[in-house]
Amino acid sequence: MKLIPLFVILPLAAAFLISLLGKQKRFFCDIASASITFILFVISLATIFNINSQILPMIYKVGGWLPPMGLPLVVDNLTAFMLLIVNFIAFIVSLYSINYMEKFTAKLKFYTLFLLMLGGMNGVLISGDIFNLYVFFELASIASYALVAYGNKAEELEAAFKYMAMGAVGSLFILLGIAFLYSNASTLNMADLSQVLSAQGTNKAVTFVGILFILGFGIKTAIVPFHAWLADAYPAAPAPISAMLAGVVTKSLGIYSIVRIFFNIFGVNPSFLNLLMFLGALSIIVGGLLALGQTDTKRMFAYSSISQVGYIILGLGIGTPLGILGALFHLFNHSMFKSLLFLNSGAIEYATGTRNLEKLGGLREKMPVTANTSLIASMAVSGIPPFNGFFSKLLIIFACIKSNHIGYGIWAIVGSVLTISYFMKFQKNAFFGPLPKELKDAKEVPFLMQASMIILSIVCLLGGMVMLPKISNYFTEPAKTVLVQGKDYSNLIFKVLNEK
Amino acid sequence: MMTYFLCLVLFCVGLYAIVRKRNIIKIIIGIVICEYAVNLFLVLFAYKINGRSPLYSPDQEITTMADPLPQALALTSIVIGLATTALLVGMAIRLYEKYGTFDITKINHLKG
Amino acid sequence: MKVKSKSNDKGMSLIVKTITRILVGLILIYGIYIILYGHISPGGGFAGGFIVALSYILFMLAFGKEEILKRIPQKMISIFESLGAIMFLVIALLGFTGGYFFSNWLPKGVPFKFLSAGTIPISNIALALLEVSLGLFGIFLVLVLLKFAPKKISQTDGEGE
Repeated sequence: MKLIPLFVILPLAAAFLISLLGKQKRFFCDIASASITFILFVISLATIFNINSQILPMIYKVGGWLPPMGLPLVVDNLTAFMLLIVNFIAFIVSLYSINYMEKFTAKLKFYTLFLLMLGGMNGVLISGDIFNLYVFFELASIASYALVAYGNKAEELEAAFKYMAMGAVGSLFILLGIAFLYSNASTLNMADLSQVLSAQGTNKAVTFVGILFILGFGIKTAIVPFHAWLADAYPAAPAPISAMLAGVVTKSLGIYSIVRIFFNIFGVNPSFLNLLMFLGALSIIVGGLLALGQTDTKRMFAYSSISQVGYIILGLGIGTPLGILGALFHLFNHSMFKSLLFLNSGAIEYATGTRNLEKLGGLREKMPVTANTSLIASMAVSGIPPFNGFFSKLLIIFACIKSNHIGYGIWAIVGSVLTISYFMKFQKNAFFGPLPKELKDAKEVPFLMQASMIILSIVCLLGGMVMLPKISNYFTEPAKTVLVQGKDYSNLIFKVLNEK
Repeated sequence: MMTYFLCLVLFCVGLYAIVRKRNIIKIIIGIVICEYAVNLFLVLFAYKINGRSPLYSPDQEITTMADPLPQALALTSIVIGLATTALLVGMAIRLYEKYGTFDITKINHLKG
Repeated sequence: MKVKSKSNDKGMSLIVKTITRILVGLILIYGIYIILYGHISPGGGFAGGFIVALSYILFMLAFGKEEILKRIPQKMISIFESLGAIMFLVIALLGFTGGYFFSNWLPKGVPFKFLSAGTIPISNIALALLEVSLGLFGIFLVLVLLKFAPKKISQTDGEGE
């Protein structure tokens, strides 16, 4: 309960302390960032147990102000679920970057920006006020723009400029939407907003705001008509940041914001769900087809990421409890295996200096850990049975069929076949076949990088266990309930407030 | 009503510059124009008829006060806009250094 | 910036320098006034910090970047910027003594008096004098110096207000 503001305080404090003190000691910034992210991970674990023992959401009144006035921090089951994913991936990534970032000169700035981005994402997840959400959204976005341009080469700057121009326009749409919303409802608190809007009944302004929000958050999520920046930005960023961007940034800034605003504040209607389903299915197919033709590993994973995010959007768009459960489960799985794949491609680049699939080959002998972990990740993402990706895709396809959207189910299956084909291409070209002469000296990456990849691959291997009722009752089921109950969210929050 | 409409027109002018112009600096100016349109909109709808600036004073009671919250929002969005613009301009200078041009059709090492 | 005196001095002409010498102090004092009275009159941390930063920038435009870098070295800017952010955070953290993060734990005082409003003037000072003024000046400086120091990454931190 008292721990909620720490999700924002710790990363921000660590970021500024690192930029202040990091120059003196060489390992200070490594140790600080790894330990801070580990503490955050432990706190998020504690939060998820705490929230399950009490059914109601937790509200923290910043500065002691009551919610319709102040800026409350709200943690409910969905938030706790997302916080656990974000902080876990952040911990793994900061372990990985201890060795990986050695080849760059300004490690200090990397950690500062990384922790600012983490603080922004945690802030988006825990804020209970829509403008506060926007401020944290911008904090995370600006840090991520700077991180994409981090390598300072020509292509990276170009990708970052593209990302940034699109992202800036997207955030302006969101700000305009918030302005319209405030002029209509005269409040910015999410729970209050939900009640005011339902008292007003159907409203054309809300439809307009909805379109603005889909445009704005859709650009951050990179669903298909807005995906142009993603395929450039992911390859341009350093590998740990690609893992963060693909694994958690698109989810916490994009998908979480969309579901929180549309499911819990506006309340869903069939036309919105149909739009989501269509966009999701389009993303699955377009992302999959574009990924087939790529020769750059990171670029292939980037398009694959569009395709997999399509599954999450499709599952949410079905709107039945089963579909939402599948979508949240796939969100968790996608964070794990896509981060692992980007870390793998970073390891390949670290060892061989190239990401081009045509120049790689036969690395299985030289880099056994990378090869095996990436094999696990590839199988998980393409949905081979014992791994986690299989169960979530199965849930989504079941939900499609059960709710009589058989066409979308077939699209999802086609997308899954596409996924298998391009990951087979990746595995064959990178790890099997003859070893090119230039790669004779390739060595396995340092221990910490191996360790972070192994941890993620174990999570991928055992991720299917989340389906078991004992775990899912703590993890995905309560998060699903938050979305299924929709606009009751505001009633719950006011109930908590009135109890005090 | 007319002012709100003009505000929207200003936003569209900015969007036009972002979508249509080829020079990076003009695109940045387009983003800034959009941002100012949104800030203007925030301040505009805070105004009430016969509203005064939202300040308490020790001697008199003020009843017709413009809504202060959107003005605070506009201030925050100005701060965010400052950071965004500074980063964009820094990136534009770097791009000029690498490519020797501000024309986005010639900055095309990346395909797709 | 292009107008240069015919002598080999850096910066602008003698007239500009003389006027700047008088004006800079006034602008700085006005900025500090805006910051200090931020809690009881219009203005506050951001506006005041902006004015202070403008006084630095005016000084730099008139006298050239070498002069200002002698007085405010680049290292100091980044150090004080981080210090300002940490100071703001510490004030917010001390709010835990009042029960909540960010709570106003100092005595509130009488409204419209200079010493009132608890922690707000202190956080205004931390935000303005250190964070906004130096941050803005740092951005300006980095953009000016950028082409002379190609290895430095332009970096701004999104001020989370």
